[in-house]
Amino acid sequence: MTVSTAFAKARADDRAALVGYLPAGFPDVAGGIDALRAMVDAGCDVIEVGLPYSDPVMDGPTIQAAAQQALDRGIRTTDVLRTVEAVAATGTPTVIMTYWNPVEHYGGGRRNGRSGVERFAADLASAGGAGLITPDLTPDSAPEWIAAADRHDLDKIFLVAPSSTDERIAMTTAACRGFVYATAVMGVTGARATTSDLAGPLVARTRATTDLPVGVGLGVSNGDQAATVASYADGVIVGSAFVRALLDHPDDRAAGLRALSALTADLADGVRRG
Amino acid sequence: MTTRVEATTSYDADENGWFGGPEAGWGGRFMPEALVAALDELTVAWHEAMADPSFVAEFDAILREYAGLPSPLYHAERLSQLVGARILLKREDLNHTGAHKIRNVLGQALLTRRMGKTRVIAETGAGQHGVASATAAAYFGLDCTVYMGTVDTRRQALNVARMHLLGATVVPVDSGSATLKDAINEALRDWVASVDHTAYLFGTAAGPHPFPSMVRDFTRGIGDEARRQCLDRYGVLPDAIAACVGGGSNAIGLFTAFLDDPGVAIFGFEPGGEGVDTPRHAATIHAGDRGVLHGARTFVLQDEDGQTIESHSISAGLDYPGVGPQHAHLATTGRATYLPVTDAEAMDAMALLSRTEGIIPAIESAHAVAGALDVARRLAAERGPDATILINLSGRGDKDMGTAIEYFGLGNPDDVTEEPVG
Ligand SMILES: Cc1ncc(COP(=O)(O)O)c(C=O)c1O
Repeated sequence: MTVSTAFAKARADDRAALVGYLPAGFPDVAGGIDALRAMVDAGCDVIEVGLPYSDPVMDGPTIQAAAQQALDRGIRTTDVLRTVEAVAATGTPTVIMTYWNPVEHYGGGRRNGRSGVERFAADLASAGGAGLITPDLTPDSAPEWIAAADRHDLDKIFLVAPSSTDERIAMTTAACRGFVYATAVMGVTGARATTSDLAGPLVARTRATTDLPVGVGLGVSNGDQAATVASYADGVIVGSAFVRALLDHPDDRAAGLRALSALTADLADGVRRG
Repeated sequence: MTTRVEATTSYDADENGWFGGPEAGWGGRFMPEALVAALDELTVAWHEAMADPSFVAEFDAILREYAGLPSPLYHAERLSQLVGARILLKREDLNHTGAHKIRNVLGQALLTRRMGKTRVIAETGAGQHGVASATAAAYFGLDCTVYMGTVDTRRQALNVARMHLLGATVVPVDSGSATLKDAINEALRDWVASVDHTAYLFGTAAGPHPFPSMVRDFTRGIGDEARRQCLDRYGVLPDAIAACVGGGSNAIGLFTAFLDDPGVAIFGFEPGGEGVDTPRHAATIHAGDRGVLHGARTFVLQDEDGQTIESHSISAGLDYPGVGPQHAHLATTGRATYLPVTDAEAMDAMALLSRTEGIIPAIESAHAVAGALDVARRLAAERGPDATILINLSGRGDKDMGTAIEYFGLGNPDDVTEEPVG
């Protein structure tokens, strides 16, 4: 299934899609695959696999902690691709969320006339990955990625923000494929007690420029918040809350997976209530 | 005037911040969409300010009356005798707060006030940029928060105290390697959430467009002044100029005025740490490769997967795994030459300058002195004693006395050989 069919299927059911994020390699590569599969089993429609990076400027403390743990254990980009392959094999569309430099410098960057970007796109496609979410790459800086994604039939998911001008939103959505990622708050990733009142107007401004589905992320941590967001968005994106469920059970993986499944079920119920 | 923006150079970025154009691809803006509006706003405000004579005049007056500029160009005669060439030192060590950094923060803080923002944030490694930012914030009556890695807050407790005394909030950063690059990450995280009322005073000529070019405009007075001082005094331009390169602000501040003087050789000295053949250095241009860090494409110390490698230098102000993108452009076009200087070579130069000239340089600046002396010896051999090399002495060494005490084993009461008197 592709990302757009997953969104279309949710829309046909008259509900929002649930998009779940975890960084690869957390708590370790095998444990991360188990966790992502548990999220698929419990109702995630689309999976985002985070590529842990040494300088994650858009992430709050929760995701930083998990990514750092993966890096401390020596996770490699090839492990992230292996994770994608294992999750995509379930049939659930799986994208990578990554800062830009690990893509540009994949396998040491340009080698034998092939850029890191081109080789990354080829390897992501052959792992069954559906595309990339690029939080620190905007379309105006992305000609190389856009060309590689088009060659390999990959989704390009760029972000829009409450501070984006209407012109930039139009420019961004014109470059997206799969869905558009709307960051609902001005701030880094992390669970928040209340959902943002900036999100609704941002989704409306985004919809005015595109027919692509619009997913809203940053801050959702329970079914009630998911229901609120689902009332105006096509997708509800959840990250830190899933990470938190695992971080809260550092010494008991089975308990962590149970918490993850319960949270997924609550959120999946939320997107059906919205 | 110390700060008038004279002509632009043949090495400027295009309007999107690409040095060498999009084909060369140095610089640019690799940033979250959430910050793009603020960076665009800043770009417009900076262009307008630089074109506004009243802004330029006010900046100039503040530099003169508050920061003590223009700094002298000093002929270091004893050092010149030692190497057989004329050594000129641009005395940025005499500036208020002790380094070239005051130029950049006063420029950015003046711009902040013009933009109507009320709060500034900054990152700092050694604490010099943090102290300068806290100073500028006090001067303009702005709130100030400085992010600093916990490794550095321990190494540089004195500068933490100075920032506190100046009224700034210092936030220790424990993530990642808990040093300068992580302080930048944390400042960017703050900025994403506070951008409507907060300006980010970036500490060097790196980061996303417009910072590399804007910081250059605020620091280029170093070279504009030095070029004029040299011409006035000697009637010729120097044969070579030299600066240390961390992120690259003092270096680009010196270089800019000379970029289109083809007869002037330009040298940047990078922190070679324990040696560029060891993993412990921060010689980004010499030993790094093309990548994206903190919003710009430049040379980066990184592994095969594009993860940033922790840098090392005895000088905290040079301890950064990236470098300003204009330096990447100057290096790849061959306009400037970048060479590593080890910790030991820099410390030797610190001692040498202290004893021959009575000037204790910052360890950062001692890298420039060490590298420049080698160049001076070569120039002297080629051109004789009139060969002239101009070195940017970017800061003074007071902040580095802790390191010097440890490195040289100074100040141990048991080492005092003289009998007490009186
Ligand atoms: C005296 C001095 N020189 C040089 C530097 C390095 O910075 P840059 O390369 O931006 O000039 C610092 C940074 O703290 C400094 O304090």
